[in-house]
Amino acid sequence: MLEAYLPIFVLLGIALFLAIVLAILSRVIGPYRPSATKLRPYESGMDPVGDAKERYSISFYMVAMEFIVFDLEIIFIYPWAVRYKELGLGTFFAVMVFILILTLGLIYTLKKESKNFQISKSTN
Amino acid sequence: MEIINDLLLFLPATIVAIGGLTVMMLDGYKARSRTIYTTTMVFLGIALGVASWDLLMQAPELIFSDMAGAGGTAAFGTFIVVFGTFFTVILTHDYLIGVKHNFPQVYPLLMFCTFGMIVLATANDLVTVFVGLETMSVCLYALAGIIRDKRLGVESALKYFVMGAFSTGFFLYGITLLYGATGSTSLPEIGAYTDGGLIYWGGVSLLLVAFMFKVSAVPFHMWTPDVYTGSPTTITAYMSTAGKTASFVALVLILDRAMPFIATELTATFSIIALLTMILGNAVAMVQDNVKRMLAYSSIAHVGYLFVGLAAGSVAGYSAVLFYLLAYTFMNVGAFGVVAYYEKNHDVHFNNVESYAGLGYQRPIMGVLLSIFLFSLAGIPISAGFNAKYLVFSAGIEAGLVSLVVVGVLASAASAYYYLRVMVYLYFREGKESVSLIEPKKVYSFSLVFLALLTLYFGVVPGGVTEMIYGYFSDSMLTATAP
Repeated sequence: MLEAYLPIFVLLGIALFLAIVLAILSRVIGPYRPSATKLRPYESGMDPVGDAKERYSISFYMVAMEFIVFDLEIIFIYPWAVRYKELGLGTFFAVMVFILILTLGLIYTLKKESKNFQISKSTN
Repeated sequence: MEIINDLLLFLPATIVAIGGLTVMMLDGYKARSRTIYTTTMVFLGIALGVASWDLLMQAPELIFSDMAGAGGTAAFGTFIVVFGTFFTVILTHDYLIGVKHNFPQVYPLLMFCTFGMIVLATANDLVTVFVGLETMSVCLYALAGIIRDKRLGVESALKYFVMGAFSTGFFLYGITLLYGATGSTSLPEIGAYTDGGLIYWGGVSLLLVAFMFKVSAVPFHMWTPDVYTGSPTTITAYMSTAGKTASFVALVLILDRAMPFIATELTATFSIIALLTMILGNAVAMVQDNVKRMLAYSSIAHVGYLFVGLAAGSVAGYSAVLFYLLAYTFMNVGAFGVVAYYEKNHDVHFNNVESYAGLGYQRPIMGVLLSIFLFSLAGIPISAGFNAKYLVFSAGIEAGLVSLVVVGVLASAASAYYYLRVMVYLYFREGKESVSLIEPKKVYSFSLVFLALLTLYFGVVPGGVTEMIYGYFSDSMLTATAP
């Protein structure tokens, strides 16, 4: 039974070998001309150096939470949609109830946090 | 249609869930706190009525493709949970107004939490258990820290969250291993598996560890005192009664349905856990000056007594555990209710036992009520607590755990010290003149009086209920012992 896993270990071995060899090769034969800009960590064009404890507006978290809610909704709705005909009417109503509950949650967060949705510049 | 029938059998949970959503929307549209409270009570009242009907009338049945159960233990667990929640909400409303933190979010959270507990108590599948456990826990984390500008509240919420998330990991890993060993997550199908093996026992142990975390048995109790002290008092009552009941009912269901053939093999483990929990809970409760913290340790001690029933591994033991949960709900909600009443007249740190001096004479009824609840917690006869302990310990004796029961009785006798200490302060110490108690609201004192009456009632005539509980296990695979 364990022999079935052998190809995976072979693949892992090749991957490890290639990674090490390529890293060494690029060090050995690649040209190395450093400059201040090149040495800076890349972070979407912004200067990433500073205090990590910067304060963000709470609305970012609200948006993130709503994103997760609908992200999860997709997980449940896709399999249902694919097997829609086989699952029948009962499942249809179950999913509708599920969507209704999510919608209520969305309305609640919109009502509660509407004043926070103007994303203002955070005061450092 | 089958799903309609299932939903009808699952009605208490459905009502609570719809109620939670309604209350949440009321809060979203900025309804007055009073409206939100009333709506919560209406929904919980209906749910309580349906749960009582289920308790008395509904025959055991499996619903939702055997994922959950109705009637029998499920109805019993549902009833305790909804009952506990009903009174918790009454007390919480008054308490939060008293400490000036009446957030409307508390009510939907309590409702969703109750839904999770009902799912947990009715589960017939480890996946259902997990969903219920998480719904309950996530809401409880938020409820523990609802008074967020108090350091203790934040501390308790964070500790609860970190420890709870950790135990959830154990639980999931346990389910995974059990599924790997038995090929199923359904409780009866796991119960039919008798081959043993390392993976199976690994799954069983991790599952039990997770449950011991949730019900705070020693050595997994470390979070309990801090969380119970830091949470709003009535929420503590809720966690320690409804929450613990749901977890214990699920644990009994798992032991009864999924592990009937290894019940005798688990006896040694549960005996040791029970021993440690009883001794540590009672010993540490003795040196506490904070009444809430004392009650938290006392709740650990009570988990110890409950584990004696689990250690017995018999029908008698499991029914005794269920009866204990019912009695414990009455007396502990009551005790925390009076503590919350004393506390809300002052500030949140008014919990030191010395500040209770002379309070028993100021509002005599509250003093008497607290005394009844504490007597019951100590297990003095003609209280529900006495009968509960009697049933648990006699189940232990029947199973041959004599030395364990002796320790339990001694520990229980020792526990009278710290319960009586509160009463000594209430009645036999001179109080400060500066402390004056406002009159409790009628509904507040009525619900406490009702709980006290129930405590006394089940202390005098426990017969009907114990026989009913015994009947739940009529088709159990366990070796039956005489009632």
